[in-house]
Amino acid sequence: MKNAQGVPAKSTDKSPLFALFMRDLRASQRIGGGTSLGVVFFLILVTLSAFAIGPDLALLGKIAPAILWISGLLATLLGLDRLFQADHEDGSLDLLLTSRTPLELIVLVKCLAHWLVTGLPLAAAAPIFGLMLNLPANQLWNVTLSLLAGTPALTLIGAIGAALTVSLRRGGLLLAILILPLCVPVLIFGVAAASTGPGSLVPFATPFLILCALTLIAIAGAPFAAAFALRQTGI
Amino acid sequence: MRLSASKLTVERGGRHVFSDVSFALDDGESLTVTGPNGAGKSTLLRVLAGFLPLASGTHSLTPQSGETLAEQTHYVGHADALKNLLTVTENLEFLGRLLDAGHGGMAVGAALAAFGLSHVAGLPAAYLSAGQRRRVGLARLLVVKRPVWLLDEPLTALDAASQALMTHIMTAHLAQGGMIVAATHVQLGLAGQELRLGTGP
Repeated sequence: MKNAQGVPAKSTDKSPLFALFMRDLRASQRIGGGTSLGVVFFLILVTLSAFAIGPDLALLGKIAPAILWISGLLATLLGLDRLFQADHEDGSLDLLLTSRTPLELIVLVKCLAHWLVTGLPLAAAAPIFGLMLNLPANQLWNVTLSLLAGTPALTLIGAIGAALTVSLRRGGLLLAILILPLCVPVLIFGVAAASTGPGSLVPFATPFLILCALTLIAIAGAPFAAAFALRQTGI
Repeated sequence: MRLSASKLTVERGGRHVFSDVSFALDDGESLTVTGPNGAGKSTLLRVLAGFLPLASGTHSLTPQSGETLAEQTHYVGHADALKNLLTVTENLEFLGRLLDAGHGGMAVGAALAAFGLSHVAGLPAAYLSAGQRRRVGLARLLVVKRPVWLLDEPLTALDAASQALMTHIMTAHLAQGGMIVAATHVQLGLAGQELRLGTGP
């Protein structure tokens, strides 16, 4: 990193990126139920789907991975529009731009902090909600693992949309329209991995590894795209 | 160091803002930018900070030091860059770590004391008055040491005592060889160059 030149080695708690990470975590904690809200939204979506489909337990168990994934996708989107918008409104985005830390790393750290309070709780709650949907017990872990591997990609792809809509007051809907199509590959392989069971044709590892690859591609590419979009904002 | 700008021309959204703005600042000099509303004062500061692209012209800080102008610049805009939910101290500590790469600066407590804000250090920024927020925003100038200060209406919302204090702090910065470009409608009390925008057609 740039700030390594000629400066004595700093402890991690002094590093700009760690400070940013802690600030974002603290701010989302104090906003009141930031973590639990996403999970509650997830729970409501899952429950609504169960009510809408009716008491056909066999059908419900069959489509449970898809329900969990779509609910997880929508719950991840929740609050993503504020990822950079809050910083833009209070002026701290300008300071992020005048920092000596590369903006790409700043984007990555902000996404990590956001994922820890949205994506991770979703993956942790998925087995419990899977039981509600009559998901076979041997598939619970598949759903959890697939969400764990796939939600970072959703957050990072969402960050591109968040950066593009940063200066728009009501950018939430536009954000969803922009990035939901981009989430299709993640959804396809996520559901495919979550649906595999002992008797399925494809082993779990095949779609799961592609899902991991998609996440890695998102980690490598999305920060550059989002940082590029943020630099064009300049308003 | 020398901050020079030559023939800056800016267009925003197809609208012409200003053209052929040139100036040069040496160590310890200040530039006061005045002009009617909409003349492009804030735009000029944002261009210098590197947030906005130029239609034509160049600006540079010499000698080159491997850091961009933005990285050697404090930009204080209309927004104070404070998170409402974090305390004043947490806000400043974060900004200090974000912007500082070991160039030195005051401790957060000392900077707050310099602006007469010690009694609100533990309060969430949301509870501050407009003038107090402004002072916390300005305290960042002392927490992180950077040579070029770009100040957009630095005295807004400040009471008379705080305005005098800010003038004193700006004078001290110039005495240490810093540079200030400030957009303002009021007298800042700085001797130095003045640039008036918006006098053209």
